[in-house]
Amino acid sequence: MQRYFKTIRLFWSTAFASQLEYQLNFLIELLAMLGTLLGSVFILSLFFTGGRQLGDWTWESALVIQGVYTFLDGLTNALLRPNLTEIVNYVREGTLDYVLLKPIDSQFWLSVQKFSFAGLPEIILGLSIVFWAAIQSGSTFSIYSLLVFIISLLIGFIILYSVWFLIAASSIWFVKTWNATEVLRALLAAGRYPISAYPVILRFVFTLVLPVAFLTTFPAEAILGELKFNILFFGLILSSLFFIFSRLFWKFALKHYTSASS
Amino acid sequence: MRIFGLSFKVIKTLLTTQYAYMLEYRIEIALWALSGVLPFIMFSLWSQNDVGNSFGLNDIGLARYFLSAFLVRQFSVVWVVFSFEEDSLSGRLSPYLLQPLHPLLRYVAAHLAEQATRLPFAIAIAITFFILNPSSFWLPSLPQLFLAYLSTHFAFTIAFLLQSLVAALCFWTEKSSALERLIFVPYLFLSGLLVPLSAFPSNVLKIAMLTPFPYLINFPAKILSGMPVDIFNGFLAQLLWISILVPSVNLLWKLGVKRYTAMGA
Repeated sequence: MQRYFKTIRLFWSTAFASQLEYQLNFLIELLAMLGTLLGSVFILSLFFTGGRQLGDWTWESALVIQGVYTFLDGLTNALLRPNLTEIVNYVREGTLDYVLLKPIDSQFWLSVQKFSFAGLPEIILGLSIVFWAAIQSGSTFSIYSLLVFIISLLIGFIILYSVWFLIAASSIWFVKTWNATEVLRALLAAGRYPISAYPVILRFVFTLVLPVAFLTTFPAEAILGELKFNILFFGLILSSLFFIFSRLFWKFALKHYTSASS
Repeated sequence: MRIFGLSFKVIKTLLTTQYAYMLEYRIEIALWALSGVLPFIMFSLWSQNDVGNSFGLNDIGLARYFLSAFLVRQFSVVWVVFSFEEDSLSGRLSPYLLQPLHPLLRYVAAHLAEQATRLPFAIAIAITFFILNPSSFWLPSLPQLFLAYLSTHFAFTIAFLLQSLVAALCFWTEKSSALERLIFVPYLFLSGLLVPLSAFPSNVLKIAMLTPFPYLINFPAKILSGMPVDIFNGFLAQLLWISILVPSVNLLWKLGVKRYTAMGA
């Protein structure tokens, strides 16, 4: 176990060193992030014109959701995107062989090898929005609600990671999965708004089929102290199932890996 | 007759080879067409929360607008900066530059061929949309269709030129695709992909109309969905942007090629 922590530390310190070379990228990411946030909050405000509410969410509590989304988007940019989009290239160029030969778990290696520090400001900003907006909407934090919030964020992240990893792992057969990832990203954008704002059919889809609700709406409810315990319990089971499935699927996929250009 | 200094034979060969190439990636393109679902997600939100009335659109109007926005987006998607960056970093650009054909025109042909491949998928998605929302069904009149087609092509041209501008920066920096994000973010919010621009407060709208972005989705989508729109001024603005962008791209390209160092070759 300690070996894995040490490996992560080595991975990310080299990543940090190599990214110092591209400081301009960092600035561009920062600008793009601020622009995206400004735009999303503006679009969100259009829903509230004339004193309306968005699926029984007030303006402040809907901002909590934006915060959670920004936080997860930051994590995606920092960790998921740089690592999981590379899997396709390893398969295509046959360099996955070298990864498999390493004396460490291949899924672990593929999932944490890179870390993009340009995602960090987004993570911090996202959390700041969550807490600021939660205070604005009159939420009083307790150790219990903070704990539930952290657990529900973990649930959301694990589900997101597992779905993405599943798609990336299917590149063993299909090689080109870039566009499938784009479909996923497009659907995840639905997480910017509370799940109760959608028509009933979509609510069902976004809770059980592609659990977008677990990514943003439920963590936001947690920090506002409104999350029901049975949803948290269900989320724990669902995220465990997703994670176990992604692992089994990876093992299964590797059995079909035939390598390339060798 | 020659277009962009190319004979018909060259154009035909370019388009047919690119089309054959694109046909190989049908599933990819189908998935890509599907990744344009954002207007539909937004439609379900706007209509579910009865916001449409506040900017003068009932549910049917909203449905038509967002389906049109989806279709316009399908045929004005541009990815030239990504192809160009890959070609430039891998050294493939060098032979392209030697050929008596502007490399950008090769990408234009690839985009047009991809649009043709995409057409059946876009139609299938539109039909699915009508089955789910039968009340929103409409057929635009022929002049409407023609004007929408024309303005979508102009929208594609503007988007292509904007991205080519960024792509030309590849000659200076290795990672110009990162710069593309700075175009994509305002495009996302100001083009009308998420909400018809008539919903904007008037001061934001004024600023938005000074950018090229509303003419990329909002204007063609309004024509296609039959919303009232100032057709003359819209086309005028589109042509104005094209006439500003063409010389800029040309200039930046010429300056850039001089600096080209044939990376990876």
